[in-house]
Amino acid sequence: MKITVCIKSAVDTEAVVALDGQGALDSDRASYIIDPYSEFAVEKAIQLKESGAADEVSVLCIGDEASMPAMRHALAMGADAAYRVDDPLLAGSDSSALAQTLAAALRSIDCDFIMGGCKSADTANAQLMGRVSVILDMPHIGVATGVDLENGRAMVRREIDDGVELLDVALPAVVTAQQGLAEPRYPKVPDIMRSKKKPVTVWTLADIGVNVDMVGEHAAKTVTHAFKLKPERVGGRIMEGEPADAVRDTVAALYNEAKVM
Amino acid sequence: MYQLTEEESMIVDMVDRLCRDVISERAAQIDEDDKFPHDIFDLLKEQGIFAVSFDEAYGGFDTSIHCWVRIIERVARESPAVALMILINAVGTDPVVSFGTEEQKRTILTRLTAGEAKACFALTEPNAGSDISSIRTTAKKIDGGYCLNGSKIFITNGAVGDYFSVFAQVDDGIDRKPTCFIVSKDTPGLVIGRKEEKMGLRGSVTSQLFFENMVVPETSIIGEVGQGFEVAHHTLNRGRLAVAALAEGVARASLDYAANYALERVQFGRHLSEMQAIRHMIADMEVGVEAGTLLLDQAASDYQDNSKNLMKHASAAKLYCSELAVRNSEAAVQIFGGYGVCKDYPVERFYRDAKFFTIVEGTSQVQRTLVAKAVLKEHALES
Repeated sequence: MKITVCIKSAVDTEAVVALDGQGALDSDRASYIIDPYSEFAVEKAIQLKESGAADEVSVLCIGDEASMPAMRHALAMGADAAYRVDDPLLAGSDSSALAQTLAAALRSIDCDFIMGGCKSADTANAQLMGRVSVILDMPHIGVATGVDLENGRAMVRREIDDGVELLDVALPAVVTAQQGLAEPRYPKVPDIMRSKKKPVTVWTLADIGVNVDMVGEHAAKTVTHAFKLKPERVGGRIMEGEPADAVRDTVAALYNEAKVM
Repeated sequence: MYQLTEEESMIVDMVDRLCRDVISERAAQIDEDDKFPHDIFDLLKEQGIFAVSFDEAYGGFDTSIHCWVRIIERVARESPAVALMILINAVGTDPVVSFGTEEQKRTILTRLTAGEAKACFALTEPNAGSDISSIRTTAKKIDGGYCLNGSKIFITNGAVGDYFSVFAQVDDGIDRKPTCFIVSKDTPGLVIGRKEEKMGLRGSVTSQLFFENMVVPETSIIGEVGQGFEVAHHTLNRGRLAVAALAEGVARASLDYAANYALERVQFGRHLSEMQAIRHMIADMEVGVEAGTLLLDQAASDYQDNSKNLMKHASAAKLYCSELAVRNSEAAVQIFGGYGVCKDYPVERFYRDAKFFTIVEGTSQVQRTLVAKAVLKEHALES
């Protein structure tokens, strides 16, 4: 059983995020990490390997050399191999093009089960892995908080608004991780040192047979015009006094000051 | 400045995450309880951090002393008591690393790297602090070994140690020969004394040791009889490097907390950060941290290269960084004002912890003497 996890090298949203004058991300000041949702998926995949439910875990990423720290992190967690698609023609690609690229790469990797994050913490489009599953004609189960593999099937748990869903799907399939799927480990020093020797394969679009007309800015079906930083959070106000009085004051404030009622 | 390798950067990043997620949450309680934090020790062991400074042949990793120093500095920003755990396991067994036999290294170092054992460096005595030549613990030659009698004081890890590097005077009838012995905790005659109640570095257990007709075999000698002070001085270089890193961590944490507080606190209608008096304090703290970083980097490079300047630069780094930690932590408390002396904020703990660094591993006065000797010797040679 071979698992491939699609990971993203994402902007660290807990660090300082700065924009330039045109509303674009100031990438010189951004710091990049393995996207947390990808990391949940990597951790679960490694746990499945450690339990004997899988034999091998690989990770796949689209990005240039700057995405290597995220890939090395996944290898240090315990992934066995890494694949990266790096091509300047990908610049300006939207989710549609990235999904085509991931799907083409996945066809070149021998894997039985595909995982990824249900979204990314930075752009949060939450559509990439769904698109990949459609292109590959595979079932897709999203926002999973539990995964087990048995007899060529995946048993998946996902939380919905009013309960929990338990699903059972034949492999190959795509499952994406929600927070709660698995708490990522801190890579241990021996695993960090071993990660250097693990294979990293770098592909261009031509290597994986992607039609260049389907990628890049000219092929984008969506365009991001600008980013804006979230407005600074205004300090709250604590309503003092007896509960009945506090409730009355709160309702009055919501009505007269916040004007939301 | 030394550039960490990719693996070393990943190791330091991992330690950074541990610090942010775990050690920072436990630091205040470790100080409050003043008990050895076995849970944190086990976490560091699990992550392989104790093996970072050791040779691969004994379970260590191909990483530099710089990597080890940066780990200690980073952890010290949260808890110097926890950082001291990492320091003492390496410094406590430095005699074995540098002067031990292959058998001693295989037996002892492999347990240390696996985090299966804790080490102690037992040199200081009630009447021998700065003046290590005054140690009075005796080692009398007997059939098959030595019989030790005496005591040690202020021994880090004393109550939890598994291996003790013990320094004693072998009297051969002609002369007293300082000698280092490696002693395991279950040796009859080794008595662990009371734990010191300290004002800072709480959570790092500091104890007295007593040797009551403690018999050790010949094979417990590290190096040669009479080589004890050479062994001690070699270890002290590494110890000074590590204490400099501890102090630098406290100095940096003091600056970080003070700067963030100054940006939030409003008095007289302005943030403290807009007031010149505060700005000058922040500037002095920052310049100190930058200078300390460079001195530490230089000393670590000297250690790595076994440079002839190691003693001078290790002493200089320890001297500067330890006094910087005292200055910066004092400034941080001052900037915090009334809140600075309250336990709700960590700066009071930094203030209590920092004072140790100007004393341990050789006082600031001893470091100044060593640096002066080195400088004057250089000038004498030139003239």
